[in-house]
Amino acid sequence: MSKETNFIFNQTPQVLQKKKYCRFKKHGIKYIDYKDGEFLLKFINEQGKILPRRITGTSLKYQRKISVAIKRARHLSLLPFVADGLK
Amino acid sequence: MNTNQYETVIILTPVLSEQQMKDAVAGYRELITGNGGELVHEENWGLTKLAYPIQKKGTGFYHLFEFQANPEFIKSFELVFRRDERILRYLTVKLDRWGVDFNQRKRNGELRTVTPQGAKVVVKKKIEIKEDEL
Repeated sequence: MSKETNFIFNQTPQVLQKKKYCRFKKHGIKYIDYKDGEFLLKFINEQGKILPRRITGTSLKYQRKISVAIKRARHLSLLPFVADGLK
Repeated sequence: MNTNQYETVIILTPVLSEQQMKDAVAGYRELITGNGGELVHEENWGLTKLAYPIQKKGTGFYHLFEFQANPEFIKSFELVFRRDERILRYLTVKLDRWGVDFNQRKRNGELRTVTPQGAKVVVKKKIEIKEDEL
């Protein structure tokens, strides 16, 4: 049984995928600047929505900081609230 | 007295002339220094395009103040913004240890010489990687 499940797991593409990591933890970034709209663009989709961390791989601690930074940037009109084809 | 480091970004209407904008900024600068605040840094981004229209305006003068002040001052400071019709938006943020450190390094052109107390060696690494990431 266990052999069989192992076999199935090996078939899934997840195993082949590169492991996701938190870029802030990896590079030791402690502060996320809300004034840098271009950097925050990495964490929103083309509609301007914040990407979930299951996609970006960000740790929870920094995901919270990102979401605050994005919201501040939106308030200052550095990022749009709603957009179409942002990327 | 306990003071914190704050950062304020204001967006002024594009209707103003260059001189009027400078006068308005000078007024706020005086307000900070006149109330026991200490200006650390100032940045003028000039006329910048907004991501979405505010009060039917597509552009605005962005100005940034970084200063040290006591918390009571912020309340009165923001009240002035709310009363001022020249201001489209404002945002005041209290900077934590990392925020102060980040701004300082940014001012020095992403330097690795400025290693603040409490910052670990990882900070050095960060700068290298951030440059090619950005």
